[in-house]
Amino acid sequence: MTGAHGGGIAHADLRELYQEVIFDHNRKPRNFHPMPEADHVADGHNPLCGDQLTVYLRLEDGRVADVSFVGHGCAISKASASLMTEAVKGHPVDEVEALFRDFHALLTEQAPERDFGKLQVLAGVREFPARVKCATLAWHTLHNALSGARETAKTE
Amino acid sequence: MSAVIQHAEAAGLEAHAADFPILARPVRGRRLVYLDNGATTQKPGQVIEAERTFYRESNANIHRGVHWLSQHATDLYELARERVRGLLNAAHADEIVFTRGTTEAINLVAQSWARANLKPGDEIVLTSMEHHSNIVPWQLVCEQTGAVLKVVPITDAGELEPGAYESLLGERTRLVALVHVSNALGTVNPVREMVERAHAVGAVVLVDGAQAVAHQPVDVQALGCDFYAFSGHKLYGPTGTGALYGRRELLAAMPPWQGGGDMIRTVAFEGSTWADPPQRFEAGTPNIAGAVGLAAAIDYVRGIGLERIAAHEAALLAHATDALQAVPGVQLIGTAAVKAGIVSFMVDGIHPHDLGTILDSEGVAIRAGHHCAMPVMTRFGIPGTARASFALYNGERDVAALVDAIAKAQRMFGTRSDA
Repeated sequence: MTGAHGGGIAHADLRELYQEVIFDHNRKPRNFHPMPEADHVADGHNPLCGDQLTVYLRLEDGRVADVSFVGHGCAISKASASLMTEAVKGHPVDEVEALFRDFHALLTEQAPERDFGKLQVLAGVREFPARVKCATLAWHTLHNALSGARETAKTE
Repeated sequence: MSAVIQHAEAAGLEAHAADFPILARPVRGRRLVYLDNGATTQKPGQVIEAERTFYRESNANIHRGVHWLSQHATDLYELARERVRGLLNAAHADEIVFTRGTTEAINLVAQSWARANLKPGDEIVLTSMEHHSNIVPWQLVCEQTGAVLKVVPITDAGELEPGAYESLLGERTRLVALVHVSNALGTVNPVREMVERAHAVGAVVLVDGAQAVAHQPVDVQALGCDFYAFSGHKLYGPTGTGALYGRRELLAAMPPWQGGGDMIRTVAFEGSTWADPPQRFEAGTPNIAGAVGLAAAIDYVRGIGLERIAAHEAALLAHATDALQAVPGVQLIGTAAVKAGIVSFMVDGIHPHDLGTILDSEGVAIRAGHHCAMPVMTRFGIPGTARASFALYNGERDVAALVDAIAKAQRMFGTRSDA
C-alpha cells in the first residue's frame, strides 16, 4: 500500500481478485442450503463487514461425507465458502484441516507448494489485506464446526 | 441564491484542493478522489506547518514551567482554546475542554456529569441514528447508575419519527444525547427545537457535532445545548484533537473523571482538591501541538467561511444525489429533507465491500460498511452501505469519477447491461 503510486498496478491485481470463477460462485453458490441431518454446525460472523454464514457438516468414518452453507456476504466471502465446500467434500478430516492451514498461508504468507485446484483463484486476495478476512471466514467456521467449538467464528 | 451563483462559488472552493498536499499524490496509479471525509478529512498545508512550526520553535510543557518557552507554549495552547470558543460561539473560553476527539468528549460527560447525577430509573433519550460513540458511553453509565436508555426511532427517509421524540420526553428524562448530522445517513437534526423541548422537561442536552462543525456554522448559544462535542480530525485538523463545549454552570459542578497532573489545585494523601474547569478535565500533558494544529484548521475554515463551505457542499450534495439516482441499480439510504454532504447508497447485486475495493482501484476512496452505526443498518435491514462524504475540496469531477467507477463495478459484476 506504500510507494509513490499507492498500490502499483491495481487493475491487474483487481482482475486477479475478481476472476470469473468468483463471479460464478457468487451468483450460483454450490452446496448453498441448510442441512437438517448435519452432525456438526458452526456460525461465522464478521461484524464489521456484516458477513454472516453457517457451515453444516456430516462426517462419516473420518471423512466429510457432506458439507453445505447458508448466509450472506460479499462476493469474495460467498465464493470462498462455495469453493470450500467443493474442495473438502469427500475428503478425510485431517486432510481438510491441512488444506485450511495451507490455504490460509496462500492468502497471508508464503504460498505452500501444493496444488490448490480451483481455490487458487483466491490467491489474488493476498494483494488486498483488508479482504483476507472475507476469504477466510468460511474456513474458520468450518474449522470450528470440525472441532466442535461453540463460539461464532470471526476473522476480524 | 441562484444556481448560477452557487456553481461559481463551488468552482471557487475546488481551487482550495491545492492547499492539501496529499490530494496531489496518485493512489492506485490514479488521481486520488477522496470521498471518505466523514471518516477523516485531509489536512491543508497550513495545519501541517503549524504543528511542525510548534515543534521547531515553541515546544515546551504548559501550565507549569517558569521559563519563557513554557509560557509561550501555554499562550499558544490557550489561544487555541479561544479559537475553538470562536468556532462554536461559546460565551467563554473556559467552557471549552480539549479532548482526544468526540468520543472522549462524550465519555467525559458520561463519566463525570451523568455518573454523578443519574439515579436508577432516570432516562437518557438517544436517537436510532447515533454513532456507536454516542450509544456505548451511555450504556456503560446505565450499568453504573441504573439509568435506562430510550431511543427515538427513524423513518424510511432517515428522519426522526414525527412525534416520537416528544412522546419519549418526560419527568424521568435527565439527558438527551443526539447527533447533529448523522454520519451514516447525512440527516441534519433540528437541534434547536429538540433542545427547547428537552429543556422544557428539565433535561440536559449533549450534541454530537462530529459531522457538523466542518460543514456548517455552529453556534452553541443559538442551539441552546448544554454540551457540544466534536473532533479536530474531521475539521481538517490533526488526529487526537477535539473539544467538549460545556455550559459554565454545569462544568463547574462536575467532578473530575481522570486524575493526574494539571487537573488539581492541591494534592495531599488525605485528599486532593480540583482545579477549576477546563483544567479540571484535562489531566496530564495534553496534545499541545495538536491543539495548535486545530487552531490553524479553525483559522483555515473560517478564512474560507463556513457559510461558503456549507453552500458549496449543499450544491455538491444535490449534484451527487441526482447523479447517483440516475445510475440504474443504485438506491440511496438516507433521503431526509435536510441533509449534509453525505450520500449513503447500495448498488443492486454488489456488496458494499466489493464495491469499495473496485472503486479503490479507480482511486476513488469511499467508506463501505456499517459506519459505526449498526442500529441504522439494522433499521434498514442491510449489512452496510457505501458512503461518499464530501469536503470543501471536492467538486463535480469527483462525483463523475464516483459514478464512472460504479459503472465499472456493475460491468464487472454483470449487473448492468447498458454500462
